[in-house]
Formats: sequence, structure tokens, C-alpha cells
Amino acid sequence: MKPLSATGITIGMLLLAMLSLGADKWKSLKDDDLHDPSNPSIDVLQEPAEALSVLPPDTSGNKVNWVAALQSGEINPRGSLQGDLKPEVLELDVVMTTTLPLPNVIFPHKPHTEWMACETCHEELFVSQIGANPINMGRILEGEYCGRCHGAVSFPLTECNRCHSVKPEGSPTAPPSGATRDREQ
Amino acid sequence: MNAYSRCNRLLLTAAVIVPAALAWAEYADVVINNGAEAVGVSPVIFPHWFHRIRFQCSVCHVELGIQMKAGGNDITMDKIVSGEYCGACHDGVLAWSAENCDLCHSGRSGLETGIRGGHRTAGPGIY
Repeated sequence: MKPLSATGITIGMLLLAMLSLGADKWKSLKDDDLHDPSNPSIDVLQEPAEALSVLPPDTSGNKVNWVAALQSGEINPRGSLQGDLKPEVLELDVVMTTTLPLPNVIFPHKPHTEWMACETCHEELFVSQIGANPINMGRILEGEYCGRCHGAVSFPLTECNRCHSVKPEGSPTAPPSGATRDREQ
Repeated sequence: MNAYSRCNRLLLTAAVIVPAALAWAEYADVVINNGAEAVGVSPVIFPHWFHRIRFQCSVCHVELGIQMKAGGNDITMDKIVSGEYCGACHDGVLAWSAENCDLCHSGRSGLETGIRGGHRTAGPGIY
């Protein structure tokens, strides 16, 4: 029998690595370096893969397009503990133009207000007045403004184009992402 | 070493390193260890992913007044049992009660309070 070549072994290992990439999409709680695998109740907790693998996919964060999951009705999170209230959805885009040399930022209220009430951001994090918020990437990276959620819970700050999505003349620079694809123009 | 061997070595290295680099918590998991281990119980792991499937952001962050800063909330078991913070839902009716210590206090020892979980991003704007 012809012995396996080094190349064959290497390709095999790469295939295994790719398989494990898929398997590792959502770490098991026992292997996530956070949960104590010896916790007697660990098997009672839901595994991320069980809940997240059936939701619309994304390429970062939880690997879930949360906006699409909500808009498609695949999840129906309660909007209040006080009855069947939902936040009021606001279809208002805000364009931020002090972003050069990067494309302008378009902030779509719609997907944000589908997830949360106005008071979540206003007036503590953001003043409701155009130009009144000295937002910059430094502050965002420190967890202020957009960075209170983006980079911690919502899609991460490496996804530049999802926010910096409009050239000054108004032409989109990239295909709309889940977070902005339903925005009103 | 010729180019062929160098290529093989590179592939081999990638095959080993790539899976090893993927040990991380779920994105947006919060470790809360302000005082847990100091009194002899494990740190709390709060999974955002589990809760956002069931509740919109402002239920906790507006209605319940939970600040969007890891460690920025003075959560105590007394308050939880009185129906504040986690106790608004974890009352034995809507969700498991505070008597089920291990279900929340499920973290490894020595974890520091903070937001955890890799971004697992494919890079800037690749989608």
C-alpha cells in the first residue's frame, strides 16, 4: 500500500480543522471557559447551539442576525413585563456626516426601536438633537454612545460597513446588512 | 527548505492553530462577580442570547433599571428575593426561583466581572 504523503496528511488535518470550525460555531457551555463544567446543574442550562442554530445566520457576534430574527417573527420577545406592550417603532434615519475619510453613517431608528424603547438611549446616552452628540470611534470603543451595545451585545465594531454605509453623495458602499436592509430611504 | 515544504508547514500550522484559537464564551455573556466569590459562591454567568430571545432590551434596561455596564449594578440576593433586578422574573413563576443557586452561579472560580465572548467576526464589513 502506498504510504500517505505529507501533503495528504496535511490536507486531512485541514479538513478536520474546517469541520471543527463548523462544530465550534457555538461553544458548549462545558467548553466555553466561563461555565464550571463540574457545576451539578450545567446540564439543565440550554446550550447556545440549540437555540441559535435555528435562527437567521450572521457572520459575527452570536452568528445570529437578530434583526432578521425579530422581523421575520422567528422570535417574539416580550416588550414589557406590564402586559403586551411593544416599543413604538420609529422609521427615521439619521445620517452622520462628520465621518470622513470613511463613508457617512446612517443610523436607522427602525431596527433599534423594534428592539427597545426610546428611553434606552434617550436622553442619557444620546441627546435627541442632530449634531448635539460628540460621537467618535474613540468614545464608541470605550463603550459610550453606539459602543454601549455594539461591540458588547449587538454586532461588533469590526463590521465597519454596516454603519459607515453611505458615501457623501448618497450611494451605498456595500450591500445592506440585516441591521439596515429594511431601512426607509 | 523548498517552497513545497514551506507550504506544507504553513498548512499544518494553520490546521493546528485555527481550532485551538476558538475556545471562547458566547458573545455578550456577562460575568457578574462583584461579591459572589467573596461570600463563597461561584460567579454568575448571564447569557444575553438566551434572554434576548424572550425579552426586548428595554424590559431589563428601562423597566427594571439594569444599567448597561457590566458590574455597574448593585445586585444582591436580598434585592432579587424582593423582586428587584433578576428577581422581577426569577420568582419561581415566570422563571426559576432564586433557590436554584447553581443555575445562575455557574461560573468558574476566579472570573472577573465583565462582558465576555469573542466577536467571531469575519472582518470589516464582510457579510
